[in-house]
Amino acid sequence: MTATAAPDASATTTSTVERLEAVWAEPPGLGSWLGTVDHKRIGLRYFYTGMAFFVAGGIESLLIRTQLAGPDLDVLGPEGFNQLFSMHGITMMFLFAMPVLSGFGNYFVPLMIGARDMAFPRLNAFGYWVLVASGIFLYSSFLVGRAPNNGWFNYVPLSGEAFTPAINIDYYAVGLIFLGISSTGGAINFIVTILKLRAPGMIVNRIPIFVWGELAMALQIVFALPALTLASVLLLLDRKFDFHFYDADSGGDPLLWQHLFWVFGHPEVYIVALPGFGIASAIIPTWVRRPIVGYTYIVIGELSVALIGFGVWVHHMFAVGLPNITLSFISLASFMVAIPSAIQVFAWLATLVAGRPVLRAPLLFVLGFIFIFVIGGVTGVMFAAIPFDQAVHDSYFVVAHLHYVLVGSAVFPIFAAIYHWGPKITGRLLNDRWGKVSFWLMFVGFNLAFFPQHLLGLFGMPRRIYTYDRDLGWGGYNMASTIGAFILAVGILVTIVNWFHSRTRGAPAGNDPWRGETLEWYASSPPAHYNFVTIPTVRGREPMWDQPELAGGAQPPEDGGRPLTEGHATLSTSMLDARPQVIVHMPHASVWPFLLTVALLVLAFAVLLDNWALSVAAVVASVGGLVGWYWPRGQTQET
Amino acid sequence: MAATTTHDALLGETGIPGELLPQRYDGPRAFGWWGMVWLIGTEATLFALLIASYFYLRFRNGPVWPPDGIATPDLALPLIMTAILWSSSIPVHMAHTGIRAGNVTRLKVGLAVGFVLGATFLVMTLGVEWPEKLDEFGPTTNAYGSLFFTLTGFHGAHVLAGLMLSLWTQVRAWQGAFDESRHLTVQNFTMYWHFVDIVWAFVLATIYLTPHL
Repeated sequence: MTATAAPDASATTTSTVERLEAVWAEPPGLGSWLGTVDHKRIGLRYFYTGMAFFVAGGIESLLIRTQLAGPDLDVLGPEGFNQLFSMHGITMMFLFAMPVLSGFGNYFVPLMIGARDMAFPRLNAFGYWVLVASGIFLYSSFLVGRAPNNGWFNYVPLSGEAFTPAINIDYYAVGLIFLGISSTGGAINFIVTILKLRAPGMIVNRIPIFVWGELAMALQIVFALPALTLASVLLLLDRKFDFHFYDADSGGDPLLWQHLFWVFGHPEVYIVALPGFGIASAIIPTWVRRPIVGYTYIVIGELSVALIGFGVWVHHMFAVGLPNITLSFISLASFMVAIPSAIQVFAWLATLVAGRPVLRAPLLFVLGFIFIFVIGGVTGVMFAAIPFDQAVHDSYFVVAHLHYVLVGSAVFPIFAAIYHWGPKITGRLLNDRWGKVSFWLMFVGFNLAFFPQHLLGLFGMPRRIYTYDRDLGWGGYNMASTIGAFILAVGILVTIVNWFHSRTRGAPAGNDPWRGETLEWYASSPPAHYNFVTIPTVRGREPMWDQPELAGGAQPPEDGGRPLTEGHATLSTSMLDARPQVIVHMPHASVWPFLLTVALLVLAFAVLLDNWALSVAAVVASVGGLVGWYWPRGQTQET
Repeated sequence: MAATTTHDALLGETGIPGELLPQRYDGPRAFGWWGMVWLIGTEATLFALLIASYFYLRFRNGPVWPPDGIATPDLALPLIMTAILWSSSIPVHMAHTGIRAGNVTRLKVGLAVGFVLGATFLVMTLGVEWPEKLDEFGPTTNAYGSLFFTLTGFHGAHVLAGLMLSLWTQVRAWQGAFDESRHLTVQNFTMYWHFVDIVWAFVLATIYLTPHL
């Protein structure tokens, strides 16, 4: 399928390509479709699946905004409204932002570090299938009219059995525990891939910043997600078996939920934001034609945000009546987060000023991200001040703030990445003019939708009310917000149409349409099954700018390019200084990850419906799935 | 240039003339080893949070702990169980050092002895310790009961997972899968088993020792 070889390819290169193709190509057919372990196919599936959920979550938000467009409307009714805003939050956090950002990571981390796949290809496939299964599980709740209805942070006692006896909350708890398997497996895969699979010469201070962003995200997932899993397990035990973790009458405490949830929930904000920061740092140098300013400071900034992010969870709980000493400590930590974040912003601005910006769609979206994120950051600093937080707690000011932070740091970078990396994925350029149209619609629509919500919050409009009285005078601002939401949706639609149109009809991209600096531009567009004809040796932070021999797509062995054609293998290097260490034989396609996922999906429904016999059967089937997965077939070396 | 190198060869060609690299590896060179390290990292976080929840609820409960007239836990049986569980790490360690020296018999015997000791611990938890406690209180009695059975049950589930990993490792050992240069499964199982034993120190201290303070 590929035309990787450079025009001046020697006979050796041609035979290398043939041998790599023979080893790495996945034959067509259902088995290969279900069993693929190719990080590019899996990454693209993550992307499409996440974007499908983005559309679903977007439709939910439009319904919410329609309900709130004017006073005393009754489009959805209170119960429908509760389910939609809950599912909107759950969808956008867990089923859109995390999968799409992981998808870009899956696709581009191996390419950017010069590897032929992720460290654990079958775990990668498994993570994708579990994402799909848990998405189906969560969304199946709409079929019975019992979607989660208590918001994405799902506080007890409202989510306890006494106040929500129906299965809405069980969908939430089981669904998020299930999805956590996918996120955790994916995170471990990213960490090991980034530590052990970098191309020779890619020493620690040459790692692309996007890759650092994915690493910071993965480290946060490993240490933050257990809190959500534990909180949900304890909630299920309370709800289904009458345990008393959250039950104040029997020695439990509802605040335990809030602590556990936000120990996860605040890092979750950075889990969504840090890859977005990484995307910005990856795109800016290419589009201003100079290396990033302050590489070291940006990397330290990302990792500091990831670390400090674990110490600020109580700022979501300033209004619950905790001791002042706790509040002061957390307030200080929350102010501190502004420093490493601002360092990154100033590094981006300095790069923009020092370079020659090319104002096309990718850079426009990055500029939009910086603008919006800085506003969200400023209101974030306001929230760190306890008296202000207590004054606007649970108001629309919070809604405005969190959308400025999350849409700023996830959605705009994702759209920048679509225009920047789309040509690498599809082999075709997207239409830049429509990209600009899309940007301006999204930028104007976003600000029109969410800026007035700051004011509504200051006027006292509480979040999560399904309607409001005409006499309060909130109608005009809400109408503006709703109009903005629809403009934003049209802008998003423009890019979606642009993507599908350009995918087949855009101008051919070639290997390196933007003359980028990192190794993904060394591969063909779309990349071959084996990614690179030769695994490159890297001699700087911007290899594509510093090493002209990479331009042909096949660094010759005399310059350090390793064809590595002996088997289905990639090269593992030492962790800090990236010296070649071992040849790793990678596993082939396998349907076991898919089958294991089916067993776990059955388990999830069985637990949901209190069918314990079926649950035990599904656990046994899952163990069988693991045995099938690991049963030796003489292909891999790791025993 | 050699036509092909078979999978059995210890060294493989990278394509740079004359450069040969190993294709077998263990320890920090193996991806699987790193995978286990991070799995243990995330599991340890889960235990830490569960233990933190225990102390959170304890200190929110006021001075009397255990509450509602439940007796302070007796130490004799848990300490015997502790001795049995911790002693299981010794044969498992011997099994690992055995296979690193190529001694398959030591591997098989060590794994089997470790399995028996681990299973004994689990049987004593479920068959002796829990029934005794259930006579006095259950997981639905109050938050203390919920914590007691969830924390010990959660650890027990990890012992069970370790036993199943051991079973798998033993099957592979009898199939002749391991020798001095390939034994990553043994290494990973050993690491996991020691983790389960170390976590027990924290569970023991939390559940059984601190109420005596």
